[in-house]
Amino acid sequence: MSDVRKISIEKEWSWKGFFLQWEWLLVLVLIVVFLVNSLISPYFLTLSSLIQTPSTFLDKAFIVFPMTMVIILGRIDISVGSTVALSAVVMAVSYNAGVPMPVAMIICLLVGTIGGGLNGLLLTQFKELSHVIVTLASMIIYRGIAYIILGDQASGGFPDWYSFLGWGSIAGIPFILIVFAVAAVIFGLVLHKTRFGRSVYGMGFNSTTCEYSGLRTDRVTLIVFTLAGLMSAVTALFLTSRMGSTRPNVATGYELEVITMVALGGVSTSGGIGKIGGPILAVFIIGYLSYGMGLANIQAPVVLVVIGLLLIVSVLAMKFRVSPKKRKLAM
Amino acid sequence: MPKTLLELKNIVKTFPGVKALDGVQFNLHQGEIHGLMGENGAGKSTFIKIITGVYQPDGGEILLNGQPLRFSTPMDAQRHGVAAIYQHVTCYPDLSVTENIFMGHEKLRKVTRRIDWTRMHSEAQKLLNQLNAGFRSQIRMGDLSVARQQIVEIAKALSTEAKIVIMDEPTAALTQHESQELYRITESLRDHGVSIIFISHRLEDIERLADRITVFRDSRYIGTWQAGQINQNQLIVAMVGREITQMYPKHSKNPGDEVLRVENLTRTGYFRGVNFQVRRGEILALTGLVGAGRTEVCEAIFGIAPFDDGSIFLEGKQIQWSSPVDAQADGLAFLPEDRQKQGLILEWEIGKNITLPALKYFSNLFWMDPNREAKEAGRLASKLAVKAPSIFAKAATLSGGNQQKVVFAKLLIRNLKVIILDEPTKGVDIGAKAAIYEIIENLAAEGYAVILISSEMPEVLGMSDRIVVMKQGHVTAELITDQTSQEEILNAAMVAEVHHA
Repeated sequence: MSDVRKISIEKEWSWKGFFLQWEWLLVLVLIVVFLVNSLISPYFLTLSSLIQTPSTFLDKAFIVFPMTMVIILGRIDISVGSTVALSAVVMAVSYNAGVPMPVAMIICLLVGTIGGGLNGLLLTQFKELSHVIVTLASMIIYRGIAYIILGDQASGGFPDWYSFLGWGSIAGIPFILIVFAVAAVIFGLVLHKTRFGRSVYGMGFNSTTCEYSGLRTDRVTLIVFTLAGLMSAVTALFLTSRMGSTRPNVATGYELEVITMVALGGVSTSGGIGKIGGPILAVFIIGYLSYGMGLANIQAPVVLVVIGLLLIVSVLAMKFRVSPKKRKLAM
Repeated sequence: MPKTLLELKNIVKTFPGVKALDGVQFNLHQGEIHGLMGENGAGKSTFIKIITGVYQPDGGEILLNGQPLRFSTPMDAQRHGVAAIYQHVTCYPDLSVTENIFMGHEKLRKVTRRIDWTRMHSEAQKLLNQLNAGFRSQIRMGDLSVARQQIVEIAKALSTEAKIVIMDEPTAALTQHESQELYRITESLRDHGVSIIFISHRLEDIERLADRITVFRDSRYIGTWQAGQINQNQLIVAMVGREITQMYPKHSKNPGDEVLRVENLTRTGYFRGVNFQVRRGEILALTGLVGAGRTEVCEAIFGIAPFDDGSIFLEGKQIQWSSPVDAQADGLAFLPEDRQKQGLILEWEIGKNITLPALKYFSNLFWMDPNREAKEAGRLASKLAVKAPSIFAKAATLSGGNQQKVVFAKLLIRNLKVIILDEPTKGVDIGAKAAIYEIIENLAAEGYAVILISSEMPEVLGMSDRIVVMKQGHVTAELITDQTSQEEILNAAMVAEVHHA
């Protein structure tokens, strides 16, 4: 056949495509938040304030990374808040039972990992189960176990050095911000540069095709949900350190806050779409926004309403941004 | 002179950047079956959407019974007696057949305006009986086979008292036997005075049914012929614009050693005691009616579905693959039946689709290597003549035939011994079909053992070296292609006694 020509393997670079990325809109929103905040308080837009503020909201942000993966898979994990509470409670109780603090911290990470791993096991072994139901059940169960272990009371009295996690700084930069940055780099590379990340995206669009293509789809699901548990435990470490003690009702509602950040970050709940940068920007948008509104003495419920509105407006904006492309596709 | 019911003149429809219909004409007589043919992208679908009121033409005239008019909405077209039955049945699987038939025009009681179930059921049953359907209208739609769902769609069209019925590739998902049934129903509709526009890629459909045939190509009208006036070859030339001298490439028959053998393979409720082997460079056709267990046997071999008894040997060594991962590692590849749902990630670019089964090969210790990926994907896409501007084009933008080529490229990216192809030419147009046959032939010539699952008799006879026929989960015949006939195969697929061991 003479009309066959070699198919091009050169990727065309387009400035338009580059700037049409969702992340640029988020950068814009973040700048607006900075400007509004600096109108409210002249001290906000100083370097030290900008760097110190994140330690007030970064604890739950560790769960944003695995949650991004879970949602790219087209699934959801609503048990993460309860996993935070359970791993924090087990750590506090073991420490107070005489276990050395470093060992208690490892126990905390183990509890989270096992909690997430159980979700993953259930979902891969019993495929007919819905991810919403499974994680709803473990959300109730993990919270319940936390209450059974500790009762309705606080447990704390940790060694002094432990507060460094949540409050300490290295060279003027909060420790929590450093750990967050390292985690962001690792998760970003895993999601965007490895074959594991490629599998996650593929399964989000079409899990059946991935199975026929010989991908270990069960293993990917298991790892992603286990990571959600592990990072919930990391959150538990920082949260407990900042508060100095823990209760069975800590981190209530974290799952929704985290999902909000991921959705605002441009990750589609139907799966397959989204990048790690979006949710990271969303963490800072929501964090600085809440902080700024706190400075202005705006009540917490109002802050919630504003975040809800921001979410709806941005998801709508995303739809309008996508639609011209889709129109082309439809033909 | 037959009466002209519907006439379209000089229809033009443009979408941004594309002229989908360019001065197309068509006329439909009262009580005829009018075959409409053309390759994918020839403009058939757009044309149908204009007749059914989904799109408005940018230019031209529509005359119904000599009166000019426009169908402004699908409802409007329905009121004028136009009904369409689409390729993929669009039904409500959880509702009853009755509800599906009367969806949108339910029968209501006069005074209370409540749904008159008794009347709806009895009228639905009457329509089904008229079509010799053989099932009851209270049955859940989702429990019916695709063929029977199509009969319901036809009943639905009749319930609106349609004068013009458009059937868009109704036989694409049917077996030979079910197609025969559909032919019979279509003809009885015509004999009752309904005019039918019948769209199909299958030449045998058109040959069997059509009174007249119209061909579109590249958004243009090519011509209309009486059924007797045009033969298959001329029809292909009209559709493709060039002659396809050889549909089935010449097959060099010198198979080598045995590669894969299954012995007494059994999965209770699906298939029992299945034996066959396939050799290097050989094309083994696995045929039978849909539901005979062909796909299930191959899925069991591939490790997607389990089996209860029997053994599989690869190059003489017994193996058991518990998942596709193991099967692929040992050199087995499977081209699934549904390329859109099982074969491709439509939202992804061609290149990423091609490399999906072999991510390991493009990965260093940690990272993927996009350059190596692009090179290999480009090489395979060029080798298989995928028509696309670049490997970064989305799979969803390709035609059916080109999508299938991408799925073939996915198979070739790994080192293979055995390739299982499940209905590889389903729903692709005739030009792409010839290209896919060439690919399959090349695979065999390169020494792969090929198992070709197919319901299309010409394809089975034209492509294979040997034929294994299945019926109700059993192998009823193993035939040498050169020494058998269509009759012998059909006999084994439909009539032969199944010996329950």
